[in-house]
Amino acid sequence: MAIVEKTPLELGPGDSVRYAERPLGVFTRPQEGRGWRDWLSTVDHKRIGILYGASAMFFFLVGGVEALLIRLQLAAPEGSVLSADVYNQVYTMHGVTMVFLFIMPLAAAFSNYFIPLQIGARDVAFPRLNALSFWIWLSGAIFLNTSWIVGGGGADCGWFCYSTNSGVAFSPSHGVDFYAIGLQILGIASLVSSVNLIVTCLNMRAPGMTLMRMPVLTWMLLITQFLLLFALPVITVALFLLMFDRLFDAQFFNPDAGADPLLWQHLFWIFGHPEVYIIILPAFGVVSEVIPTFSRKPLFGYEFMVFSGIAIGFMGWGVWAHHMFVSGMGPISVAAFSLSTMFIAVPTGVKVLNWLATMWGGKLRFTVAMKFAVATVAMFTIGGLSGVTHSVAPADTQQTDTYYIVAHFHYVIFGGGVLGLFAGIYFWWPKIWGHFLNERLGNWSFWIMLVGFNLTFGPMHILGLQGMSRRIDTYARGYGFEFWNMAATVGSLLIAVSVVIFIWNVVKSKRDAPHLPPPGPDPWDARSLEWSIPSPVPTHNFDTVPQVHGRDEWWHAKYAENDEGQVVRVATAEEAAQTGEATGVHLPSPSFWPLAVAVGLPLIGYGLIFNLWLALIGALLTIASLYSWALEPVDDPDAAHDHHEDDKNEDDQTGGHDS
Amino acid sequence: MSAEAVTADLGHAADEHGHDEHATTTGLSHTKLAMWVFLGSECLLFGGLISTYLLYKTRGNGRTLPTDVFDIPFTSVSSFVLLMSSLTMVLALSAVSRGEAEAGRTWLLATALLGGVFIGGQVYEFTAFVREGVAFTTNPASSAFFTLTGFHGVHVSLGIVMLMSLFVASLKGRLTQRNAETVEIVGLYWHFVDIVWIFIFTVIYLIPAD
Repeated sequence: MAIVEKTPLELGPGDSVRYAERPLGVFTRPQEGRGWRDWLSTVDHKRIGILYGASAMFFFLVGGVEALLIRLQLAAPEGSVLSADVYNQVYTMHGVTMVFLFIMPLAAAFSNYFIPLQIGARDVAFPRLNALSFWIWLSGAIFLNTSWIVGGGGADCGWFCYSTNSGVAFSPSHGVDFYAIGLQILGIASLVSSVNLIVTCLNMRAPGMTLMRMPVLTWMLLITQFLLLFALPVITVALFLLMFDRLFDAQFFNPDAGADPLLWQHLFWIFGHPEVYIIILPAFGVVSEVIPTFSRKPLFGYEFMVFSGIAIGFMGWGVWAHHMFVSGMGPISVAAFSLSTMFIAVPTGVKVLNWLATMWGGKLRFTVAMKFAVATVAMFTIGGLSGVTHSVAPADTQQTDTYYIVAHFHYVIFGGGVLGLFAGIYFWWPKIWGHFLNERLGNWSFWIMLVGFNLTFGPMHILGLQGMSRRIDTYARGYGFEFWNMAATVGSLLIAVSVVIFIWNVVKSKRDAPHLPPPGPDPWDARSLEWSIPSPVPTHNFDTVPQVHGRDEWWHAKYAENDEGQVVRVATAEEAAQTGEATGVHLPSPSFWPLAVAVGLPLIGYGLIFNLWLALIGALLTIASLYSWALEPVDDPDAAHDHHEDDKNEDDQTGGHDS
Repeated sequence: MSAEAVTADLGHAADEHGHDEHATTTGLSHTKLAMWVFLGSECLLFGGLISTYLLYKTRGNGRTLPTDVFDIPFTSVSSFVLLMSSLTMVLALSAVSRGEAEAGRTWLLATALLGGVFIGGQVYEFTAFVREGVAFTTNPASSAFFTLTGFHGVHVSLGIVMLMSLFVASLKGRLTQRNAETVEIVGLYWHFVDIVWIFIFTVIYLIPAD
């Protein structure tokens, strides 16, 4: 049966062909090519994914340097590496950078790259909006960090920036203004990207790809997009109010005028707790792909995995006030949020047990990716258990604002989120670049990171229970803090070493690649559709859009049951995979306008802080670019290929494994 | 298997007419689905601002509260005008989708004008309140009031910009029957902004502060 592609890509309402005789806009329409300019105008979801990933890794280094400064300051009592003021800025910017500029965009890299591939699509629903969300994110990230240079220092109110510390009285530099406006810009980027990816996931699935056949990574990323969609507007409101307070003398957070500082805390944590799941669910998705592949078993309890992910997504909205047990909000609220916090451990526990059951009795292969995935499960479980201790309000009252909290959320976010995404990096590297990461260096990096991570954050449990406050810039001798602080600092240096080895691995693997056999389409004998196409992925993704018959579609293209009920290989990956040689596939045309729109936003930000005329210029630039964008046809009328001929070509092709 | 074959056949039929916008997994076009998803996000945005106002509506810091200066008859009239614009929006969509370009233009313009009247009313209301001693920085209640209603006003204004863009596109002959869906999507946004105003008007103006 010839599989006919239904819609290669959405054409906007109103076919572009009609405007062919009058192209609009000042830019010559760019063509996709190989130079650096093409990265500025690209609308290819894979390139945008790479841009997200590379920028995220850059900010990982920035946030990492900030972390090392913190640890150097605290290595010994009465540290003098940083002044108290600079220390406040460094830990604030460390948190903001790691959350908003590292983990979230790294997860966005995975979403962009793999959602279309896993659902059998050729791109996302709105390729230019996809480019827009990346460029807005990057402009916001740069904006946020320029406060070091032009804003008189970074924000110094902690990443959750409680009122009244965030007011002009206690934070007179422009740091908090950059925080408030920068995070709003990043919020726009997340909003655009979540709308785009939700539509992609719901609307562009290959024939037969029902929701309950989607790979778990795609499921978790879809849930993440919904959390972003609903959580970001809440913090946007909070930031909006903060901005008006600081720049235009509004009275939202001025207790002298009768304002309530708890308003900020509620708004922040209504965003902030779903944010925890925004960080962790993509890593859960990655782990759910890596563990079945290297256990040679289907994921245990697929439905439970999906529904517990959805349950986490819903329940994540009902636990925010466990961040506020000491705020004096009353015993009924405290009891209610204690209970809901205990309950949310249930779906999370389901996931952990399902991963273990997936490995149970499997044929385990401990590649670096698998090691990272297993470590994610173990470390996240430790963080999850200390999280449950916080649901016990009396204990939490003791632990609030101590290093115990710092230990807990680093186990969850670093031990769960970061290790999980590293598993994904090692797993999909050959798919993205067409060569493996070196396993030997990967092993060194993994073990040093695992040891360094535990040495850094394990002792913080003890420090916290001993009563060491978080966010103090130094401590006196004689409290018993010396030994474990030094241990944590040594651990943080080990993490730095492992990151350096990782970077060296990236360089060396690329250099060695020409001398090594290529990985082929499916080096790990994996299960989902992205492995049914060549590595690296051709620009058009799929020669023919696959027809999906069940879960783990690609596995079933390679394996079948014989008469005795044994699983036997029926095709090699090379036989079953598509060749990637299709030509004339219709693809969206590149555009410079997303970049132009994104450039205007930080100008508005600087303008609001320094001079409103600059804001006007930024706004005009953004509006003009938006209009030029709207008038620019989705598809370049001058592009070399003709749609109708393409359709015929594809009609003639009989697909690879699905025919 | 037969269901899949049918799907493939339908896909084939669609393909022969070029790219069919409706051949998506859900049957909704991407843009329409995107607008619905976006409006979901907007609910939380307005929800946050409405909650802020409800928390602060009696916090006057010893000065005049917005509730003291509300002119309910006036705002009722401008609310009515805004709600009527939803009717003209529906008529615009109906005209465009029947291919009546000129009627479509008229109703689009009428919708934009009614929206403009509402914005004019809001500007008048704001200046009147400031004269009566309730300015943006007076107290938490006034800050919350102006932020919420101003934010809604910006949404209406953006809607007017979209309507006028459609109007101009129609004048240039670019808004035809086959892209009536663009009008429908702008309409979704417009109706949403109207519905939000029903909430704001009820919760902020009509429910008295005790």
